[in-house]
Amino acid sequence: MKITVRYFASLREAVGQSQEELQTDAENAGQVRDALLARGGAYACLSRDRSVRLALNQVMVNEDALLHENAELAFFPPVTGG
Amino acid sequence: MNPRVVIQTEDFDVSQVLDHLRAGDLRVGAICSFVGTVRDTRLLSGNAADEIVSMALEHYPGMTESAIEAMIDEAHQRFDFYQAHVIHRVGELKPADQIVLVAVSSAHRSESFKACEFLMDYLKTQAPFWKKEATPDGAQWVDARVSDDDALARWGIQSRNVG
Repeated sequence: MKITVRYFASLREAVGQSQEELQTDAENAGQVRDALLARGGAYACLSRDRSVRLALNQVMVNEDALLHENAELAFFPPVTGG
Repeated sequence: MNPRVVIQTEDFDVSQVLDHLRAGDLRVGAICSFVGTVRDTRLLSGNAADEIVSMALEHYPGMTESAIEAMIDEAHQRFDFYQAHVIHRVGELKPADQIVLVAVSSAHRSESFKACEFLMDYLKTQAPFWKKEATPDGAQWVDARVSDDDALARWGIQSRNVG
């Protein structure tokens, strides 16, 4: 299926893009994270040694959240608003 | 009817929002507000390298608004208040600038105080904003604080923001 992956703040800067279309067989958010980590290089910023938060269709989720066609999956660092 | 949640680059007028909260509603006996501002950390630490020249705020358009709307809905489940308004600025800010306003109206003060604090605690760890501070040594992203997760935990909600 096709999904959109978005990156924010320090992760956006690290990977050098704010979003990309991804063709994937992944069933859940964690498997997308695995696939991105496998790229190596700058994508190490998604390492599980770091605090990375995920949102699926603009709602915070865990890695076991299930994907569907045209889903929007976002990766970002801990939030610091207010 | 003003929207409950506004994300904007421009500054905001607190008294205008407070006026709106009591206008035409004779049930209102209490309005509580919180304003967050940009501080210059140098003046707190005494360390020149901590000077904040400016701050850039990034957010996740669409998710930010829906996340804060959901927070206000949750607050209504917990506290007996009439209205809550949240304004949060994004973009480039300077020390002393206003960043965020949370304002709540209720019949009695206790519910406004509690709802206002709850909304701020929630917003700090669950709304997708990120701050980047410009200092004399360059720009750096602000680290999230464990103490903000702890603040939300007091309300029985696990934040999982930092950890």
